[in-house]
Amino acid sequence: MATKTVIEAVRDAMHEEMSRDQNVLIMGEDIAERGGVFLATDGFIDDFGSARVIDTPLAESSIVGIALGAAVNGLRPIAEIEFADFVWPAMNQIVGEASKVRYGTAGKKYAPMVVRMPYGGGVRGGLYHSQSIDVVFAHQPGLQVVAPATPYDAKGLLKSAIRSNDPVIFLEHKRTYRLVRGEVPDQEYTLPIGVADVKREGSDLTVVAYGLMVHYCLEAANMVAESDGIDAEIVDLRTLSPLDRETILKSVRKTSKALVVQEDSLSYGIGAEVAASIATGAFEDLDAPVARLAGPDLPEMPFSPALEAEYMLSPEKIAAAIRDLAAY
Amino acid sequence: MQAEAIDISFKTELLSLYQQMYLIREFEERSGEMYTRGHIRGFLHLYSGQEAIAVGAISTLEDRDYVVTHYRDHGHALARGMDPKHAMAELFGKATGSSKGKGGSMHLFQASRNFYGGHAIVAGHLPLAAGLALAARYKNTGGVALVFLGDGSVNEGEFHETMNLAAVWNLPLVFLLENNLYGMGTAVGRAHARGGDFDMAGAPYGIACAVVDGMDVLAVREVARAAIEKTRAGNGPAYIEAKTFRFRGHSLADPVNYRSHEEEMEWRKKDPISLLGDRLLQQDLTTELELLEIRETQDDVVREAIRFAEESPEPTEDELFTDIYA
Repeated sequence: MATKTVIEAVRDAMHEEMSRDQNVLIMGEDIAERGGVFLATDGFIDDFGSARVIDTPLAESSIVGIALGAAVNGLRPIAEIEFADFVWPAMNQIVGEASKVRYGTAGKKYAPMVVRMPYGGGVRGGLYHSQSIDVVFAHQPGLQVVAPATPYDAKGLLKSAIRSNDPVIFLEHKRTYRLVRGEVPDQEYTLPIGVADVKREGSDLTVVAYGLMVHYCLEAANMVAESDGIDAEIVDLRTLSPLDRETILKSVRKTSKALVVQEDSLSYGIGAEVAASIATGAFEDLDAPVARLAGPDLPEMPFSPALEAEYMLSPEKIAAAIRDLAAY
Repeated sequence: MQAEAIDISFKTELLSLYQQMYLIREFEERSGEMYTRGHIRGFLHLYSGQEAIAVGAISTLEDRDYVVTHYRDHGHALARGMDPKHAMAELFGKATGSSKGKGGSMHLFQASRNFYGGHAIVAGHLPLAAGLALAARYKNTGGVALVFLGDGSVNEGEFHETMNLAAVWNLPLVFLLENNLYGMGTAVGRAHARGGDFDMAGAPYGIACAVVDGMDVLAVREVARAAIEKTRAGNGPAYIEAKTFRFRGHSLADPVNYRSHEEEMEWRKKDPISLLGDRLLQQDLTTELELLEIRETQDDVVREAIRFAEESPEPTEDELFTDIYA
């Protein structure tokens, strides 16, 4: 075991897969010579050469579209979008094209590709370096959407994403990149896409989260355990689509109460899908309405650090929501 | 008598260009310090080195014209007349900022000056500029939209779509490309089919093209004026490439390991502010003392802007939920 950061785990996963499979290549803005804006591909150009580590112009639509063309032609490209906020020009290529290849060709063609992007707020990034874009892709069948929280999960899931035969949107919360450290095995491993993980076992209520919020929820759980003796179970979704409803329902059937936490704005969010799944699958086990705690319904994350702090969830805000639910 | 009067007004105009460029430089360098000290958070992209472009081009505009720009936008905002206090407060994220702290460095905006931002997505602002031009013509205001873009924009789809539509619809739109030779860490030649030769980028769309030394404010002004006059007269869009260099990194988080110190030093010899100052001195249009006084006055303006930003309040919690719907 070695202790790694999330960004190191991402780098290791890609490095191992590129070493293992000649068909894996990576393309994106400033990823080769500069090694990526977050240094996810630092040194790759030396190890794998410029035919496999490709600097692109600023042209997100083309980055994804060319990756798609290479994918249907037998390669396994990784397309890096420098910030998730920059993905919008590529929406047609992802939602309009990549998601539909297998279905539209009745399985004759498929697109083994990964679109990686750093997302999320809390980094003073303002309007165009903070966005949560998760739900837009999770809504689109044909895509798999993965959003790990820890170095262990990031590495195992990214390796699976690269080996997957269908497109994966791989979301890396940029605040976790260097903030979150964790144990990563030295030996080879992968983790299955579409399987959630119980990050903390508890008996009083279930908290469902993903990404940075998993860490905030774990902190909040420790806070309420100490202050109020509340024993919260934390379910980390890890994959947003396909959603692991079984793990969620199993936990809720045990605890009878559920809180869904998401950094993204509230309405029509991942939390709504989780809440609906619980209402359908565990209605008779519930002792309280499913609660949601989310970012506010605002067009964007404001720049001002004071307003950003208001916007973002925090362990304290989550702890308060846990207490409210426990008291129901 | 008349000749002398023209000279005096010409001299005033030239000194105003010097003053504006120096204001921007001082604003940028002090903002950089404020960033290093943690008073400004997030991302900060400085315009130092490129001042002649914003100042030269915007000096030819009328009030009814529009300015739209990219994320390296402090210089354009100041050249368009934004109060440095409001600009600095926005960088600090304070309630007194030009967008009450909600936008930040990359999203300066001032409707009263027809200054339409400040856009962080490369080339994402080009269709918006075309829309401003379309509306100006529809309303018959005689206004022209001047849009600044970086070299990276040329490779985005929106560049080509907007160029095409501007030409098809004969819009009153002037594209001013600021080619500072690097799209973040990528040299233009590595990302562009013609090796970073952007001089004819409008030609495929039948748009008149011009190239100018972006370190020479008078040259920029002359070329911009010609393009804007031609466009205002109903002759359709124009395109200008200004060759320049940013003296600082892409942002303050950039280690600038992709270009040489020598290259930077070569460009610093062409500093647009000293270039104009020296020329004015050589032609006896000013004195060392007069230039010094201008610089000192602008130092005070920026000092005052920082003091204003520091002393301004943070936005209050309820501000989070304002300005969402009408």
